[in-house]
Amino acid sequence: MSAASTIVHPTAGDAGSRSAPLLQVRGLRVEFPTRRGTLVALDDVTFEIGRGETLGVVGESGAGKSLTGASIIGLLEPPGRIASGQILFDGKRLDNLPAEQMRRIRGRQIAAIFQDPLTSLNPLFTVGRQLIDTICTHLELNQAQARQRAIELLADTGIPAPENRVDHYPHQFSGGMRQRVVIALALAAQPRLIVADEPTTALDVSIQAQIIALLKRLAREHSTSVMLITHDMGVIAETADRVAVMYAGRIAEIGPVDEVIHRPRHPYTQGLMASIPSVHENRERLAQIDGAMPRLNAIPTGCAFNPRCPRVQARCREQRPELREYGASQAACWFVDV
Amino acid sequence: MPSSDTVTLVQADSISKVFDVSAPWLNRVLERKPRLLLHAVDKLSLVIRRGETLALVGESGCGKSTVARLLVGLYRCSTGSIRFDGQPMPAIEDAGHGASAHAMRRRIQMIFQDPYASLNPRWTVGRIIAEPIHVHRLLADESAIRERVAALLAQVGLSPNDAVKYPHQFSGGQRQRISIARALASEPEFLVCDEPTSALDVSVQAQVLNLMRELQRERGLTYLFISHNLAVVRHVSDRVGVMYLGRIVELADNADLFGNPLHPYTRMLLDAIPDLERVGRPRTPVAGEVPNPLDPPAGCAFNPRCPLANDRCRRERPELASVPGEATGRRMVACFAIEEGRISSRGDGQTSRSEDSGRA
Repeated sequence: MSAASTIVHPTAGDAGSRSAPLLQVRGLRVEFPTRRGTLVALDDVTFEIGRGETLGVVGESGAGKSLTGASIIGLLEPPGRIASGQILFDGKRLDNLPAEQMRRIRGRQIAAIFQDPLTSLNPLFTVGRQLIDTICTHLELNQAQARQRAIELLADTGIPAPENRVDHYPHQFSGGMRQRVVIALALAAQPRLIVADEPTTALDVSIQAQIIALLKRLAREHSTSVMLITHDMGVIAETADRVAVMYAGRIAEIGPVDEVIHRPRHPYTQGLMASIPSVHENRERLAQIDGAMPRLNAIPTGCAFNPRCPRVQARCREQRPELREYGASQAACWFVDV
Repeated sequence: MPSSDTVTLVQADSISKVFDVSAPWLNRVLERKPRLLLHAVDKLSLVIRRGETLALVGESGCGKSTVARLLVGLYRCSTGSIRFDGQPMPAIEDAGHGASAHAMRRRIQMIFQDPYASLNPRWTVGRIIAEPIHVHRLLADESAIRERVAALLAQVGLSPNDAVKYPHQFSGGQRQRISIARALASEPEFLVCDEPTSALDVSVQAQVLNLMRELQRERGLTYLFISHNLAVVRHVSDRVGVMYLGRIVELADNADLFGNPLHPYTRMLLDAIPDLERVGRPRTPVAGEVPNPLDPPAGCAFNPRCPLANDRCRRERPELASVPGEATGRRMVACFAIEEGRISSRGDGQTSRSEDSGRA
């Protein structure tokens, strides 16, 4: 447990040896070989997450946001494979680590929270057993100490009467409480990065608000970096520092949350923002993006968004735009109006 | 008989639905377990006017989908009655095959949440859409049916050539369009939509919501729109009913409900929505969860989470009643704090919150 006591306080202009981002993803390409050729699910995905920073990743189903998360925690399901690119965690490469070494990092340094709390917990063991096992795997504590730590974790995630609840089975918890247990489990080994894949999607709005507040507080208290994957722009707005918008396996736009929400540069982001109904106004008609995201076997040449884009021109159909800087954010579009 | 009402299309009078979720008989006897009844919908009354969209919102388990199923006759009411266009409406399992019930059913259709589960994967899209036409014997001639299916497909923004394809060849949004085309095939007046866009991505959701709105305008359709998403409800509805544990706690016009929510639960729901305008701003979410419907709290079901709950709220159950100082029936709310004026029914209503909050 080398780094357990090192608490890093992230500051804006953090200089010195710790200034490198915690996570760097460079040119990540994930492929699925099939009988009818290779499908490219992620193509040239590049981003970084700073220490203590929360990066939101949004996109519609099939955009590749969950695959990006799975690649980072080393849980890419075969036949999916990282074809090229690098994933660096604290300066060290993760993508080429042997499974055994990756297993030691996963849970200890990088933890995951998934959408459905019921399938993330083993129904046959008490939550205490699952927490204690996780703690003992990663930290050098004996059973009694681990149990004490498990109770503290449950208390920390807002579970009432944790001394009793620690001996309960997952089915004895409600959906919101289960997600709190999953968060406790993710925090058990004091990881430095949490990959949270749709952590609130299965929950009701009032419970969702509680879980988001919890995740924010814990990330702040422990200076944990968070990669928050969701399709809900509202959740991102309230939680994240920066946001990456994904489309058809690529990042269409990335930048500070405020900037991307209020000054979207990419036509896809603009369409996405306009199509979200708001409780504050009752528009006669929602802006809609016609068509649907292309399937992986039929990604158009040039810019993948070109068949749906209102600003499409000849160049968009031939050449693929790369991310370029516009103000504080970056967008992959040939015709950003600045 | 009351004089025929030209404004009201659907009227539900104190309808309840009780599900028996007891253990099997032998277990009850051997283990001395009591009968267990779940009151999914509890003495709920509502009126849906011709041509309007009434939305029901609430969290999972509040009974909104059960109301939808009661109103199309998929469930039989445990108590209470439903009238459609002045006629009593029988559940399908009761008077399913009578000619008048059959005629009534043509006028009521439903759109379901999951477009992957609600279309038969082994039927072509054309056959799926033609089914209501066959069932209700609207057209006899096969070529006329084909034409009608083509027209319906065009109306929902698909190509007439799609009739020969199978559901798996379509995306989620396109499948929901097929569901809508099928629902429209029998020329209904009343459409019950149970979370029609919850399974869709936002950009596609906007397409489907816009389509539903256009169809309503063209055909004068009446919608019951069930959703958990308040922003969607804000966008589609004329009136909104907020449900909590089987009952409506607030029923109001769209602008009133969103502009000046009264019931503490409505306020909590509106506060809980993540907001694009509140980038990075902290807030305190309301504590607590929806209680177990098998064991609802005494008094007002919301009292354990309510900042304004007092002894009366824990003892008596408030009924849905007109808000003091407003025209009768325009705005209904079931809350003692409002009835007694402990919170103002005007303005933002944040006035006397502090007094009772310590006792909760």
